[in-house]
Amino acid sequence: MEATGFSILTAIIAIPIIAGVVILFLDGKNRDLVRGVGITAAAAVLALSLAVFFGYDNFVKAPGGLIEQQTALLASGGQLSGAQMFADALAFEQRVVWVESLGIAYHVGVDGVSAPMVLLTGMVAVAGVLISWNITDRLREFMAFFMFLVAGVFGVFIAVDLFMLFFFYELAIFPMYLLIAGWGWVKLREYAAMKLTLYILVGSVFALVGAVAMYFSAGSYFSGPGAEVFQAALDSGILPADSGAYSWNIVQLTLAAENGAYAIDILGIDGLSFAKFWFPFMFMGFGVLAGVFPFHNWSPDGHVAAPTAVSMIHAGVLMKVGAFAALRAGVQLLPEGADVHLPWMVFLTLINVVYGALIAFRQRDFKYVIGFSSVSHMGLVSMGWATMNLTGMTGAGIQMFSHGAMTALFFGVVGMVYDRAHTRDIPSLGGFMKVMPWVGIAFVIGGLTSMGMPGLSGFIAEFPIFQGMWAASEQITLQLGVFELSNYYSALVVISALGIVITAAYVLRVAGQVFFGEFDAARFHDVGNIEMTDRIVLILLGAPLIILGLYPPIMAPMIESGIRPLIALLGGG
Amino acid sequence: MEFDLWAQLPSVLPELGLTALAIAVLFADCYGSPNTRRNVVYLSAVAMALLALVPLIWLPEPALYENGALLWGGMVNYNPLAQIFKVMLLLGGAVTCVLAAGDKGVGDKGEFYLIVIIATLGGMMMASASDLILVFVALETLSIPLYMLASFRRGDPRSAESGMKYFLYGAFASAIMLFGFSLLYGFAGTTNLAAIAESMNSLGDGLVAVMAALVMVVVGFGFKVGAVPFHFWTPDVYEGAPTPVTAFVSVSSKAASFALLLRFMTAVFPADLVIAGVVIQDFWINLLVVISILSMSLGNIVALRQSNIKRLLAYSSIAQAGYTLIGVAALQGADPGLAVASVSFYMFMYIFTNLLVFGGAILFIAKTDTEEISDLAGLNRRSPWLALFMTIGLLSLGGIPPTAGFFGKFFLFQAAVNANLVGLALIAVTNAIIALYYYLVVIKVMYVDVGPDDDVAIGIPRVYGWSLGITALLVILLGTIAVTPIYDWAILGAAGL
Repeated sequence: MEATGFSILTAIIAIPIIAGVVILFLDGKNRDLVRGVGITAAAAVLALSLAVFFGYDNFVKAPGGLIEQQTALLASGGQLSGAQMFADALAFEQRVVWVESLGIAYHVGVDGVSAPMVLLTGMVAVAGVLISWNITDRLREFMAFFMFLVAGVFGVFIAVDLFMLFFFYELAIFPMYLLIAGWGWVKLREYAAMKLTLYILVGSVFALVGAVAMYFSAGSYFSGPGAEVFQAALDSGILPADSGAYSWNIVQLTLAAENGAYAIDILGIDGLSFAKFWFPFMFMGFGVLAGVFPFHNWSPDGHVAAPTAVSMIHAGVLMKVGAFAALRAGVQLLPEGADVHLPWMVFLTLINVVYGALIAFRQRDFKYVIGFSSVSHMGLVSMGWATMNLTGMTGAGIQMFSHGAMTALFFGVVGMVYDRAHTRDIPSLGGFMKVMPWVGIAFVIGGLTSMGMPGLSGFIAEFPIFQGMWAASEQITLQLGVFELSNYYSALVVISALGIVITAAYVLRVAGQVFFGEFDAARFHDVGNIEMTDRIVLILLGAPLIILGLYPPIMAPMIESGIRPLIALLGGG
Repeated sequence: MEFDLWAQLPSVLPELGLTALAIAVLFADCYGSPNTRRNVVYLSAVAMALLALVPLIWLPEPALYENGALLWGGMVNYNPLAQIFKVMLLLGGAVTCVLAAGDKGVGDKGEFYLIVIIATLGGMMMASASDLILVFVALETLSIPLYMLASFRRGDPRSAESGMKYFLYGAFASAIMLFGFSLLYGFAGTTNLAAIAESMNSLGDGLVAVMAALVMVVVGFGFKVGAVPFHFWTPDVYEGAPTPVTAFVSVSSKAASFALLLRFMTAVFPADLVIAGVVIQDFWINLLVVISILSMSLGNIVALRQSNIKRLLAYSSIAQAGYTLIGVAALQGADPGLAVASVSFYMFMYIFTNLLVFGGAILFIAKTDTEEISDLAGLNRRSPWLALFMTIGLLSLGGIPPTAGFFGKFFLFQAAVNANLVGLALIAVTNAIIALYYYLVVIKVMYVDVGPDDDVAIGIPRVYGWSLGITALLVILLGTIAVTPIYDWAILGAAGL
């Protein structure tokens, strides 16, 4: 799609930033006003992100839309260009040159992978504001930082300029630090906030160096041997007419990847190509935020220490930012490196899935259970990327949305229980279904989703991932020195299915002990039912799980259309 | 060449203006009424800010700096790079004057402003000097006022100690540097920077002496920018000197030195200087890489342990000098313009960033009479604006968007990668993370911790608040929409080098 003038996506970033600044200038004692501005902004953003989602849905499914184009392209049997396909898949684009001499632009747009993420962020933004409704301590600052955090997250999802992706990625981190350190769980917050911030920044700055190296490689390729490719891309309009050879435009960097600009040997070592060297930095750098083992350590502590709204946006959206950026800046820009490295990184994702679930099973603290379950479920996303085929990666895309809504729901539930019971110790809770049936039902829905129950979105997500793993099994081999490991993906599926069993075990355990069983009326005499705002949160986050589970076409074809360019880049059909 | 006064005058117009200002301030302070004397601060600040417009209005004609053209008998050059540094030095001086205004024993004395003006004059001459003699005179014109400023609070033993230390170290470093200059002169028989290189190249001998001169010059610069292992003066001087002086020392001296360092190295030891088969540039690049790594690492690691805000900022400024040196080392790259531009941009944003942080610290220290970081607890409740301003400054030092520091660091890393210094870039980003830790700790203390005086509000005087606010706004603008003009200007400056 051609870059047009003003894009709705710009409004999606601008509204939370403006709201945040406005809130900072409000009178902090007038809490209703602060809440009012916050919820208005969040609701506006949700409305806009719904518009983006369904607008993109229409763009994909309309007669002559993206899916038909892609089908025709695949049927024609010609040489596929991933960069071309990616450029065609972008919608709602807007581009304003930022630093011309360096080829940096403010450039936004969505594709099939990011459109659901935009919707998810909008949902969690509203849910986060509502669940923080009763915060009294420095509400003004809390709300303002929350708004900045939301803006940063949106920015990453809709960036079509790699520099901008980094800009917003780092922009999101600082408000998160303050939110956790300032409003989190007193016992752990300072430690957890610092740990989380440093983990995430370490990953991202290493990736930043990789990105700079990529920028120069692509630039020197386009100004030298690839000048014709560059000119052709300019002529065909997939690159803006004012692009230079050196640019941060992701389309342009993808084009360089496709034409082998990153296949050059570096450090004078034979066979160590640029892509092979930098892929781990790019993928793992962002993978830290997605909780990939062994860099998952920040996540349970961070989630537990954070105030409810921040846990929700953190586990629900921010971990997806990591997985998304790993896909966009790692797999998409360095597909050759992905081919080499993902076949062994899949073992790490397996550890995520099984080990995360095992630890979750052992926790006494309600919130830690959910924290480790996120580690486990995010492992499935990375595992889906590692299949490098359409089915598996589409499943991972759906899992991002499904897990986002589910985990935000979980953290909402934990927050509601904790706010009233003042403890998260699972054995001492019990029978809460009686006093807060809404919360209990929401937890059961979320729990069933996380087990992969058919009819809920978890199934729609996990099943394709496993299916993709089987399919990948025949294609992917891992070279270990002289040994060649083949067909091992199918074995990994079997082991990771174990993770699902353990998930069922801990979900049932928590549900049984917290929501059913004896209710200690003496101790929890002041525990009452939840308020309207909390109910809206539960519906907002719970309903999509059911809708998506019953009617997958609402999202699956869209994500598939976003994955196809990647498959073309990875050399598949 | 025929001497055309009117063509050459704009090149030194800001310096002339500053000299006139110095004289005016001197007279106003000596003979003015008490009311006039109180307003010396505004006279100095406003005049310096207005003078900063001069290099923006009279843009140098390319003919005046291309192909190494020099003015005033080969003494100064007139290129956009020098202009950038002059603008930032003048603005830095102006902000310093305002920040010092309320400081007892410092800002209420007229001679303070006089000395700041003269130091700024020295810094500006450094930015455009192109002859060994003028280089040295400019260096001393900057340094001697700084020694005086460091011991400005005469009654305070800490201030006196600080000034004395600064003077002894500084005089020593100057002497070494001067010795290096004399070796260069002895070799080349000329004091003109560009001519020295030519002459050495045609001589093609005397490797040891050239190396010795090079090392001595680097030692001198290392001292001026506070790089490891020439940093020993920094913490003590920063801690002991009156805070407005610390702020001024941390920005002006550093910016002027980097301006000179960039040009000195490219002019005297250019890439094509080969003596006895040794490429001199490779040697000094490696030297600077080592100094840069040491400065970043040592500065950041020691800063982790500091409990005094001024000492923390001292070590942080050592680390910042280390980052900036990356840009100088990147001069060996395929596109040295990126390196020069990255250093100028970094210094430009660093001046405002550091003044912002120090500005917050000055007010806090003046109001509470404590310099401990732990006493900043609850600053957010005591003075939300002050906490916000300091946070913006600290974030910029840490390189977090949307502040200017993010772009500053990004440009430096980019220049490093361009110069095939990927290893250095990776070390730098690791350091940036370490640094972020202690900046975040300060922010956390201000926003999260609860202090004993939580309810005692800290008021900000109006002018002071406005100048901090404008500086904070600049730091944000330089990190968002104002990046392009400044960076393009810096690129233009690089072209004229």
